Amino acid sequence: MVAPPDGVVGEGFFATKLNDVVGLARANSLWPLPFATSCCGIEFMATMASHYDLARFGSERVSFSPRQADMLLVMGTISKKMGPILRQVYEQMAEPRWVIAVGACASSGGVFDTYSVLQGIDKVIPVDVYVPGCPPRPEQIVDGVMKLQELVKSESVRRRSSPEYQELLASYNIK
Amino acid sequence: MAQEIADIQEIVEAQFGTAVRNFHMDFDVITFEVDAEKNTALLLFLKNEETLQFHFLTDLCGIHYPENDDDHQFAVVYHMHNWVTNTRIKIKAYVNATPEIKTASNIFLCANWMERETYDFYGIHFSGHPQLKRILNMDEMLSFPMRKEFPMEDSGRTDKDDRYFGRTTTNA
Repeated sequence: MVAPPDGVVGEGFFATKLNDVVGLARANSLWPLPFATSCCGIEFMATMASHYDLARFGSERVSFSPRQADMLLVMGTISKKMGPILRQVYEQMAEPRWVIAVGACASSGGVFDTYSVLQGIDKVIPVDVYVPGCPPRPEQIVDGVMKLQELVKSESVRRRSSPEYQELLASYNIK
Repeated sequence: MAQEIADIQEIVEAQFGTAVRNFHMDFDVITFEVDAEKNTALLLFLKNEETLQFHFLTDLCGIHYPENDDDHQFAVVYHMHNWVTNTRIKIKAYVNATPEIKTASNIFLCANWMERETYDFYGIHFSGHPQLKRILNMDEMLSFPMRKEFPMEDSGRTDKDDRYFGRTTTNA
């Protein structure tokens, strides 16, 4: 059970902030979009499967369409040739959208410090949570999702139209 | 019954004379060199000659020799396989610092992509190739990354501390 947000409880009513209710709803129904290119993707399969069961956190429904996903999980080495494709996937996601970089390669390029590999996906899209590890264990991926849930819960419903957010997207040249 | 190096040398030298040279065994593979302008003639001969029957082009790749003189800066290497006698040969064709060589893609169809790969990584131009453009690297890339003068590491790295990667001698 998810604890209710702070509020005023009376007989037959409960008053709280809209921000908190929307955040609660969003945080507990994050639809993941796996963008798996290598071994971290295998760990994600274990994360989704019955033993670790990401569905417990409201992420039951894995979306393979970016248009119906909230949480982009980039798992694995992204080559420079794939950079524009990843960016297009991100652009196709509807707001609000969040990104988790799973593993060393997606976070920083990892051991692939070479001419053909993107040195971290934050070179092309903004990232909310970085999960370290090569590859990270399913527990770490779950921990990353829980960290993201905290972000989502505390995020203002107006954040996406704020000038700071527009500026962030503009710095990545994303409309 | 595998073919012997002496037999192959005799047949090939009878046809090409001084255009082929330096027959030797290299890692148990018959190896020799050919003049770059004779490459397609040699491949055709090896493929069609009844006594040789090298029907299969296993591999085609480039090598960069920055230490060599100007006429031997790059080599194009052809690996061929005779499936009847299970014999493999390796042929090297040296080219100069502005490398250009005739395409083999009209002799072996598989050479098409292998020549594109060689162009992609070494910048060796295969004249007569139907579609000589990059195949593995991104199209925007300006350099030919397997040339020795090209740095392997990404210049855009910002978060890596040289100390942790053995790149400083003192570890300080």
